[in-house]
Amino acid sequence: QRLSVDVLDHLEHLALVDFRDSEGVERLQKAIQFADQLQEVNTDGVEPMDSVLEDRWCLYLREDDVTEGNCTKELLENAREKVEEYFVAPPGNIPLPKLEERETFLQGS
Amino acid sequence: LAPWIPVVGLEIHAQISSNSKLFSGSQVQFAAPPNSLVSFFDASLPGTLPVLNRRCVEAAVMTGLALNCSINKKSLFDRKHYFYADLPAGYQITQQRVPIAVNGSLSYSLCIDNKMSQMVTKTVRIKQIQLEQDSGKSLHDDTRCQTLVDLNRAGVGLMEVVMEPDMCCGEEAAAAVRELQLILQALGSSQAVMAEGQLRVDANVSVHHPGEPYGVRTEVKNINSIRFLAKAVDYEIQRQIEELENGGTILNETRAFDSKHGCTVPMRDKEGKQDYRFMPEPNLPPLILYDTKSLPANMNHQQVINIDWIHERLPDLPSVKREKLVEQYGILPEHSFTLLNEDGLAEFFESVVKQTQMKPKKVIGWILNDLLSYLKQHSLTVKESPVSSFLLADLLNLLEKKEISSTAAKQVLVELWKGEGKTPLEIVKEQKLELLHDQKELEQICQAVIDGQENE
Repeated sequence: QRLSVDVLDHLEHLALVDFRDSEGVERLQKAIQFADQLQEVNTDGVEPMDSVLEDRWCLYLREDDVTEGNCTKELLENAREKVEEYFVAPPGNIPLPKLEERETFLQGS
Repeated sequence: LAPWIPVVGLEIHAQISSNSKLFSGSQVQFAAPPNSLVSFFDASLPGTLPVLNRRCVEAAVMTGLALNCSINKKSLFDRKHYFYADLPAGYQITQQRVPIAVNGSLSYSLCIDNKMSQMVTKTVRIKQIQLEQDSGKSLHDDTRCQTLVDLNRAGVGLMEVVMEPDMCCGEEAAAAVRELQLILQALGSSQAVMAEGQLRVDANVSVHHPGEPYGVRTEVKNINSIRFLAKAVDYEIQRQIEELENGGTILNETRAFDSKHGCTVPMRDKEGKQDYRFMPEPNLPPLILYDTKSLPANMNHQQVINIDWIHERLPDLPSVKREKLVEQYGILPEHSFTLLNEDGLAEFFESVVKQTQMKPKKVIGWILNDLLSYLKQHSLTVKESPVSSFLLADLLNLLEKKEISSTAAKQVLVELWKGEGKTPLEIVKEQKLELLHDQKELEQICQAVIDGQENE
């Protein structure tokens, strides 16, 4: 099963990855092939495993106390742009340009 | 023209009433300085991990039980991926595969023909309730072409309640949500105040002809009150019917309710069909809940949530409270609905009944006709009433003892609304509204009137 250009384009849109060149795509192709080997095992009627620890992996429940927060200054240090203690972002999502409109090796495929 | 059957389903997000967030210890509070209630985890800084808040789980279990759901003793957390500035992690932790509660029902009542004298009970199935994170808030600054992001709300616990498409119009949707709101408030699991964003409703609407398959549905968002919910749903139903009767088609799209114009409009910035790439949340093991039978012997109590223990401690739900009011005071079912529908009114009524000898069946008339209509006219809540239960009881006692007539009582009430601090007795004396019982005095007055007539 070769991946179509549409699927690759869709993946680039969703995950904002850049397959960059045919090598990158080939690597993805091989990764899928590798993972597909899982399909050879018949798992009918078998519950998926959450962890090898099985029921020793206990979900810890925290008490409903306020123990964090109040570190506005520290958090904003990471922001390239800020306005009065707000983070600044572009007005909306900037979608990846359509396949025809962006420079990607996928175009040629 | 063939009849149309409208189909309405709802997705309701209720903010959990808790001190801290679902997976972190930062505070939950409305209106605080921007980004002051944000922990490193909420800001999605690398190396941080989610830690589940026990109170949030309890809130979801209570709500599930109150809505007659089956509580899943094992539920799972998943990641739902999408990009948005107010979702710093790039994904929301939710429960997509196995939510905490499923297959419940909610009963609500409607009055047929607006008269409040005939009520029908309807039921809507609850598909599921899941725990999930809230996102931060985006403030759009169109003039400077930017968005300001406040993460105070990011990570607050939500219960998403999914109602099956068993409703058929705006009135039903509004009544169902109102009942859910009352239940959540009675449980304390959410304060469910729509104006503060603690209860958000999205409606799924479609229409079809009887016997045919369901039509394409649209999702309507940006509904900010129960009144607007009814309007938005009814508008969308009409819009779809008109579109289809004119030979058009309905797009499976998301629309926003425009409250100013009372219509729905397509939402911009919707990049086609989203692919959320759901995956199990790798940092959280399954959530295991117990009941009395399955309770493990040697576990730390703080780490165990017992569904039966929670069930035993559920407070009276609105439907039970209504039944008790009807039984205890002999009022009509419709009356009990109005009493519970208005915040504080049931307590006010009971307080008056305690302080007066007048029968509850008579008191209810004064509460619903006089007090409530005045409050509504002046847009006041029960708490803001210038007439306290004490004053009203005082007045009703005068009436009950036949010291004044019912007409006089209404006059006194008008005076009491002014809130000038006078007691009913003072007003009666001032305006000379006392009923005369002395036979001789009455005879004298009647005689004077007759004499007056004869002289003309």
